[in-house]
Amino acid sequence: MKNRWVLFVPLAIMGLLFGAFVYRLVTPAETLIQSQWINKPMPLFDLPPATAGVEGLKSSQLADGRPRLVNVFASWCIPCRAEAPQLEALKAAGVPIDGIAIRDRPEDVAMFLREYGNPFDRIGADMQSSVQIALGSSGVPETFLIDGKGIIREQIQGVILADQVPEIVAKLEAMK
Amino acid sequence: MSLRLILLCLFGALALPLAAQDRLPPAPYAYQQLKDPAQEARAKALMEELRCLVCQGQSIADSDAPLAGDMRHEVRSKIAAGESPAEIKTWLVARYGNWVSYDPPFDTATAFLWLGPLFFLALGGWLAFGRFRRGEGDAEDAP
Amino acid sequence: MIAELGLALLWMAAALACLSLVAATLFLRGGSKDLAALVRPASVAQGVLTTAAFGLLIALFVRSDMSVELVARNSNSLKPMIFKVAGTWGNHEGSMLLWLMILSLSGGLIAIFERRLREDTLVATLAAQAALSLGFFAFLLFSSNPFKRLPVAPPDGQGLNPLLQDIGLAFHPPTLYVGYVGLSVAFSFAVGALITREIGPAFARAMRPWVLGSWIFLTLGITAGSYWAYYELGWGGWWFWDPVENVSLIPWLAGAALLHSVAVTATRNALRAWTVMLAVIGFSMSMVGTFIVRSGLLTSVHSFAVDPERGTFLLALMAIYIGGALTLFALRAGSVAEGKKFALLSREGSLVINNLLLTTILALVLLGTLYPIVAEAMGEKISVGPPYYNKVAGPLALILCLVMVAGPLLSWRKDDGKRLWSRLPLAIFAGAAVLFALILFGGKVGILPLLGMTVAGIVAVASLAPLWGRNLRRTPLPTWGMVVAHFGVAVCLAGMGAESAFIKERLVAAAPGDVVKVGDFSVKFVGVKPIAGPNYTAIEGTLVATTSSGSSFTMRPEARTFPGLMGTAPTETNEAALLTRPGGQLYAVLGQPVTGDDGRADRYQIRLWWKPLVWWIWLGGGLIALGAALSLLGRAQLLTIWRARRARKAEERFA
Repeated sequence: MKNRWVLFVPLAIMGLLFGAFVYRLVTPAETLIQSQWINKPMPLFDLPPATAGVEGLKSSQLADGRPRLVNVFASWCIPCRAEAPQLEALKAAGVPIDGIAIRDRPEDVAMFLREYGNPFDRIGADMQSSVQIALGSSGVPETFLIDGKGIIREQIQGVILADQVPEIVAKLEAMK
Repeated sequence: MSLRLILLCLFGALALPLAAQDRLPPAPYAYQQLKDPAQEARAKALMEELRCLVCQGQSIADSDAPLAGDMRHEVRSKIAAGESPAEIKTWLVARYGNWVSYDPPFDTATAFLWLGPLFFLALGGWLAFGRFRRGEGDAEDAP
Repeated sequence: MIAELGLALLWMAAALACLSLVAATLFLRGGSKDLAALVRPASVAQGVLTTAAFGLLIALFVRSDMSVELVARNSNSLKPMIFKVAGTWGNHEGSMLLWLMILSLSGGLIAIFERRLREDTLVATLAAQAALSLGFFAFLLFSSNPFKRLPVAPPDGQGLNPLLQDIGLAFHPPTLYVGYVGLSVAFSFAVGALITREIGPAFARAMRPWVLGSWIFLTLGITAGSYWAYYELGWGGWWFWDPVENVSLIPWLAGAALLHSVAVTATRNALRAWTVMLAVIGFSMSMVGTFIVRSGLLTSVHSFAVDPERGTFLLALMAIYIGGALTLFALRAGSVAEGKKFALLSREGSLVINNLLLTTILALVLLGTLYPIVAEAMGEKISVGPPYYNKVAGPLALILCLVMVAGPLLSWRKDDGKRLWSRLPLAIFAGAAVLFALILFGGKVGILPLLGMTVAGIVAVASLAPLWGRNLRRTPLPTWGMVVAHFGVAVCLAGMGAESAFIKERLVAAAPGDVVKVGDFSVKFVGVKPIAGPNYTAIEGTLVATTSSGSSFTMRPEARTFPGLMGTAPTETNEAALLTRPGGQLYAVLGQPVTGDDGRADRYQIRLWWKPLVWWIWLGGGLIALGAALSLLGRAQLLTIWRARRARKAEERFA
């Protein structure tokens, strides 16, 4: 063998491979798929009311000058129940919240609101997840922070925790 | 669903998330083909390339997850409305990033992914070339 | 008591592995011959004890002993017996014990049967095998004890994932494991030969049957796994290019490359270092694959029961074994002469190109599988899937098949182009015929399936050429093996091409009485009825498929619901109905009920596919395995002859 260094190439490749393995064991994969549709205007939509007695949701209504939350939820989503108190707290702090109910039946939404309260100004029914897809959202619950011009500023995936509430209020305040 | 899921179950690595399911019927185009076979073929090819966001490494073309069904509905509706597969893919990538496509683009982060095979082939070819006897002499044991 | 006995046997087997390793090391460092004499019996005993421990674990599952944690988590007393048995290896700990059993048994088998190698090389080989098993014993005993008892036995177990309650589970994982772990023998041979520097035809010939053997099992395991996924998952896909499949393909590719390079080393005493390298890569890739699956390294979206401790343990083991072997290779291979040189246009030349392409495909599959980690480190989340592999591996695989056309027709050392050319017209004609037929009558066919079917035509004819003009009864078995295996590749390729080019899909919501056309079939949806299985309930649909010539067949797809056991949620699976015809398969799935406007579920989602020649894919896989088996049989014979001759030569030398 003329090129003895060639014999070390397999060892070097193995080193790279193991480097990747160690990297991944040390920094586990980010399991949530974050929306890339951030700092972009709300996609256009016009959703019918999710149940009797609530208003439907139009994208044009989200640019009325007041920063707000859009909460993507569903009555069949168990974590969404755990999120209800935090949404109530946000509402109590004066944050306007609109809801988008994913793949939900009116009677189930009504039941959900009766049981866990209704912090929503309006709730649109997204029967085929089309608005959810347009938002780049991949699960429930998810919450989007929208500024007064209807631009999406931030996505929160999963349940809003109690200690996140003041932070969210502050962020929305800053967008005014 | 895929073999991967089977194997993961096999190895007990998978804690099946027992997420509650909605009770709504699937979206119209989730399990229904487009009337025009050419359009359906385009939709099908695109669906096979799109990753189901809530599954274990499946395309939306072979998943029973509700969100995959809704994405199929989205793709078929857009194709039926005259959009091209490339436009739809761009639209989805703008929302979910390149994660959503099984066909990664060529950019700085993926350059080695696409060029790597060529590099391996060249390296291997260079090594192998040394094995071949040049000239006519039947050289015995090369040093 | 059974569980305690099983654990005790494992500890004893581990002690024997330790003994083998120490005795062999002392002997190789110049110790007495008595030490070497210890190694063989210790290896055999280790194999026997580990097998017995595995048998005891099966017994625990059969008896549904819920006081054992593993049984309680993965079994249930109501499960049919076959799935109780198969459940033994349907989980992490049990499958690791299966892995270890095969590893130990392989060591035992080498100790019993291998008589061709020099004594010191054999002892070094057994030492390497013992070292491998020692690490996995540690893994099992310290972090994945299958015999662990629960403080309080639950009344019944949690059952096995319904997707796994299939006859496929009984055969698929053990087959694949025999293949994966069988490659450890080649690894140990390589390490042994590097230690004693005995690398040459004798080493290659000793290793070849073991490589063939494990490659047969890998081929069967992958083929069976593909078919299992095909009918069990309800969408008709037979290969998904997802990480877990890829890590089973990678050792197979390494094995295929090794089979061909070992032939060059055994016959022509060339490519010696490269053969050793591949032998190391084969089992290394088995370990990497196991690591990737067990550590949850590449799982993505949902939460997994990822166990970082196990991942770290396996990674450390791999670093020692693979790193050690590669370091040994780097230090020793320089002194291994590469062997005889040869012309590009020769049997060896074609086998070198074969190896180059196979290892490139191996590397790119590994690259594609792991690249999402690299991209994420660079700040981008990507997915690598079928489009990538089709674009990159597809063309390389087709070129590989063309090399396969030429290789067997070339003579060793040197050949000339004209001679090769004169042997090819029939094959080229076949390929051209397929190509023209597809262009004229095939309609719109994608480029990859089109080329695939064309190449399949060429390979099918060319693969038979080595038999041309030969007395078939006197043709050696390895030649038959090569012909059958290469023909199998053509069959498989034709199946893949035809399936993807001409598949017909129909998705409908049908009411009883509706007729759906798919391909040449008219399928009538007769109706549904509820049925009860041993541990599930199901809705069974009845479909009557009628061909254009008037014959009718009844198909009964099922939508099964497995009740949640011990507080887990119920699970639903689809049981597809398959109708196999000479021209392909009709695949039917019964989906969800569809509610009409009046709120009544009067229709059902039905998915129908006509998949032309799809079963050729697995037939081809079977033929490849059969070819390898024929070759193995033939090699065993050849070895007897060769051994006799060597004994004679040795006599002459010492006379």
